[in-house]
Amino acid sequence: MFTDDTIAAISTPVGEGGIGIVRLSGKDSIEIVEKIFSSPKNKTLKDLKSHRVIYGHIKNPSTIKEVDEVLVTVMRSPYSYTKENVVEINCHGGMIPLRKTLELVLKEGARLAEPGEFTKRAFINGRIDLSQAEAVLDLIRSKTDESRRIAIEQLQGGLSEKITALRDRLTELCAHVEAYIDFPEDEIETASKEEMSETMKDIDRELQALLKTYDEARFFREGLLTAIVGRPNVGKSSLLNALLKKDRAIVTEVPGTTRDVIEEYLNINGLPLRIMDTAGIRAVQDIVEKEGVRRSLQSIENADLVIAIFDSSEPFKDEDFEVIEKIKGKNAIIVINKCDLPSAFDEDIITSCIMNHASCILNISATRGDGLEELKDRIFDLCLKDWREEREGVVITNLRHKTAIENAKASLNKAMSALIDNQPLEILALELRDPLDRLGEIVGAVTTEDILNRIFNDFCIGK
Amino acid sequence: MYKDRDYDIIVIGAGHAGCEAALAASRMGFSTCLFTMNLDTIAQMSCNPAIGGLAKGHLVREIDALGGEMAKVTDKAGIQFRMLNQSKGPAVWSLRAQTDRVLYRLSMRRVLESQENLDIKQASVEKIIAEDDKINGVLTSLGIFYGARAVIVTTGTFLKGLIHIGLENFPAGRAGEFPSVGLSDSLREVGLKMGRLKTGTPPRLDAKTIDFSKTEPQWGDEPPQPFSYSTEKITNPQLPCYITYTNSETHKIILDSLDRSPLYSGRIKGIGPRYCPSIEDKIVRFSERERHQVFLEPEGLKTKEYYANGISTSLPYDVQVRLVRTIPGLEEAEIMRPGYAIEYDFVYPTQLRHSLETKIIDGLFLAGQINGTSGYEEAAAQGLMAGINAALKLQGRKPLILGRHEAYIGVLIDDLITKGTNEPYRMFTSRAEYRLLLRHDNADLRLMDKGCEVGLLDKAVYQRFWEKKRFIDEELQRLKKIRIKFDGSKVQEFKSLKDESLEQLLKRPEITYEFIEEYSPSDKSLTPEIKKQVEIQVKYDGYIIRQMEMAERLKKVEKKRIPEDFDYSSVSGLSKEILSKLNEVRPANLGQASRIPGVTPAAISLLMVAIERLKRERGERGNN
Repeated sequence: MFTDDTIAAISTPVGEGGIGIVRLSGKDSIEIVEKIFSSPKNKTLKDLKSHRVIYGHIKNPSTIKEVDEVLVTVMRSPYSYTKENVVEINCHGGMIPLRKTLELVLKEGARLAEPGEFTKRAFINGRIDLSQAEAVLDLIRSKTDESRRIAIEQLQGGLSEKITALRDRLTELCAHVEAYIDFPEDEIETASKEEMSETMKDIDRELQALLKTYDEARFFREGLLTAIVGRPNVGKSSLLNALLKKDRAIVTEVPGTTRDVIEEYLNINGLPLRIMDTAGIRAVQDIVEKEGVRRSLQSIENADLVIAIFDSSEPFKDEDFEVIEKIKGKNAIIVINKCDLPSAFDEDIITSCIMNHASCILNISATRGDGLEELKDRIFDLCLKDWREEREGVVITNLRHKTAIENAKASLNKAMSALIDNQPLEILALELRDPLDRLGEIVGAVTTEDILNRIFNDFCIGK
Repeated sequence: MYKDRDYDIIVIGAGHAGCEAALAASRMGFSTCLFTMNLDTIAQMSCNPAIGGLAKGHLVREIDALGGEMAKVTDKAGIQFRMLNQSKGPAVWSLRAQTDRVLYRLSMRRVLESQENLDIKQASVEKIIAEDDKINGVLTSLGIFYGARAVIVTTGTFLKGLIHIGLENFPAGRAGEFPSVGLSDSLREVGLKMGRLKTGTPPRLDAKTIDFSKTEPQWGDEPPQPFSYSTEKITNPQLPCYITYTNSETHKIILDSLDRSPLYSGRIKGIGPRYCPSIEDKIVRFSERERHQVFLEPEGLKTKEYYANGISTSLPYDVQVRLVRTIPGLEEAEIMRPGYAIEYDFVYPTQLRHSLETKIIDGLFLAGQINGTSGYEEAAAQGLMAGINAALKLQGRKPLILGRHEAYIGVLIDDLITKGTNEPYRMFTSRAEYRLLLRHDNADLRLMDKGCEVGLLDKAVYQRFWEKKRFIDEELQRLKKIRIKFDGSKVQEFKSLKDESLEQLLKRPEITYEFIEEYSPSDKSLTPEIKKQVEIQVKYDGYIIRQMEMAERLKKVEKKRIPEDFDYSSVSGLSKEILSKLNEVRPANLGQASRIPGVTPAAISLLMVAIERLKRERGERGNN
């Protein structure tokens, strides 16, 4: 609703390539980036001319740890996309530093942009002409719908119930304080200072626990490490290319073409995968290929998910058995490739051997594209379901939610010190509204009417 | 039809809203007529004999700062003054006065009768006359027409009023007074949507039959503090209230009689206020409570009538007698007037603009209980604003709209016209987002400039205000400037201090202004009021700044006006529910739109872009 604050977002598509841009717009954007940026010659952004690029590093000001090597561009108002001060940080280190940089600017005072908000500002500030208005509206609509729809919500099942429950406890606390302020002559039994303090501590602990889950759900932001493995020439690179819908890996009929691990990002219904095409596993003499195989094995070791490929046009080989051996105990999907060709597979092997080691088997043709959609669905189900089942509680995966909860926690702490310092009640009431509003960003705002309802339900008010 | 003379402004109803409206209109220079159905009940306090209290006291102070009358009359009629919430911070202190009901009425009537440009007439207005959606005048029950350029309707509970006492009911405006039936239909005819509300009162008792020794007296503050900035001293003798309690016997009588309660038998259709429940409601809903307070409040200096606050009821008379007599001190009490519930018509206030003018009829203003509020103070505040805005309209000036950060009056009106109400709306301090800015003590600092600008505030009062303001500013500057060196202080608490300004010192919770004064007194003779103001401003400083920043941001959004003819259905992507709410309220700006319940931030984003598009299409410049 407000258009006078500073917003930030990653403005490049998620999960594609190693370079990305964190963009800020608003009057404080230069000051905010200044706090986390350092140049080798100690140059400052405030002295930097508009539309110039400066080289340097993003550092976490509290830990002084370096996050990424970056190029920063400053575009001063009104000569920018939004007509506001705009800063763009070009990060080079891939998704993780990009997200860390965003989190840092949010910590320093920027607000995470709403869907389509940069474009909205550009329009409101007269940067985009009238003919594009409908496009702006579409953008706000579609992005809003999209963010509502994304499958991540599946993963978060229960988050809104959880937050609502915490919000309601805060509302009750507010109601107690407000009732005590507004009805001084009614005989109402409001909570004691100790009771209030206990409730606040309890809510604080719960918020802390929720924040912890954000770290545990790291793979969700950084990508689920997925290794494609198999003996040489079963079609690992073809599968990668088919999934990406582009020729990323070199595909030849020569076994051992892929010598190193190729890493790519793929997004399945909002679930990001860091997908690794590996060198085929076989006993080799070539030093380069040998190293490739070693890395392949390493990838399996590290992977959150393994896609093991077998070629059904050829009989099962020793190397295939070796692959089966390697994926034991891993979270694996077995893919039987080349289903467009006549099968040379012995069904027994599949049932006796493969079935024991993977939760699902799919027939595909990487070259024709058969079964690819099903594969994506299975990856999605498998990862989310298993991951969910391991955890009983709610998980936060979304940066917007995390920021809201962090802010709620910080303002709740202020309210707690107001209570401890024996500040007047109206100050406590003021401080309690803030965490309420913050949690409201996730589950919908609590209005004065809600608080009054609570008062009239809980207390016998009125002469 | 007989045509009598024309007026600039006509006010219908001489309750708390009507009196303020008529005074404001006439004082701003317009020939005004105030119609009342009964000259002897002008400014009648139909419910409890008290003015002020939490948030309501704030409203009274604001009325005073704008140049209204309620505070002054309360000071003349007050027989007990108490500053409530003194154990809490100054933002939530609030004054309440018990008042002599008759004295209040007569004092207000005297002010009205002495007012230039103001006629007062006893007549029942049956119809408002509008032509081409513009107000034209009013028609009384005797068929007399009075022309007017603006009409302010302040009819309280009189529109189709229906009183319930037990299962008996009869049409009435208040106990013993006629209702207004024709006017309600007339308002409907011009297109206003109306609903029904309910409120109630307790029985009034004869002091001769009360044994006060069984109750606890509660006295006011000594010396009593006045409401008005222009009152120097309260001169009335002061009286106590008395507190007693209901008990299980009272509760049993009530529970056994619920079948004869109009509330529980479903006879009453209107919705009553939750903050002012009847005793039967309290006992049913909070059955675990062993007792409820009863405040015995004097109705005046020259009467023995006492108001039994806390046992508002619509139970039958015989039940009222029995339940009253279970209460300690009231064993022999005689009821002089029974308690009753009253249902009445009100206009859904979302049909109003911020100026309190109806959206559909140009020049027709509504104020007070007709807009779904309850309380004398809420009514008077609206009456004052309607009077001011009717006058400003005739002067061709912009309406006076108070922001939510400027006054409880602003909160009140914005809430009414934005959120509507389905129970009688009462002000609470928790309704204000900027509670620390809207204090009882600084109503003058917030509003006197505006009162002066519209031309209502007395010149001498304004002059005094300016002096006070100057003294406050100078003292604040002085506290900033003067520093004290604490090196080697012998006082334990100051050992850790080195060199601090008086301001920094005063910010410490344990330091009061009196302490500062001892250390370093001002060379001016500052009034206690000024000292208090300085202390509050310094102590609250950080929070005040924080709230002011929030208010500033809101103001920016409120500047984004929505064209009156804006077609919400042209914005695709708004849900049906949001669309219907926007169409009902037709908010004046994006800030107001964002406060409509159910309107989401995403919807505001869509509106913002769509409105900007429309403006550009019409060739207007953008906002920024």
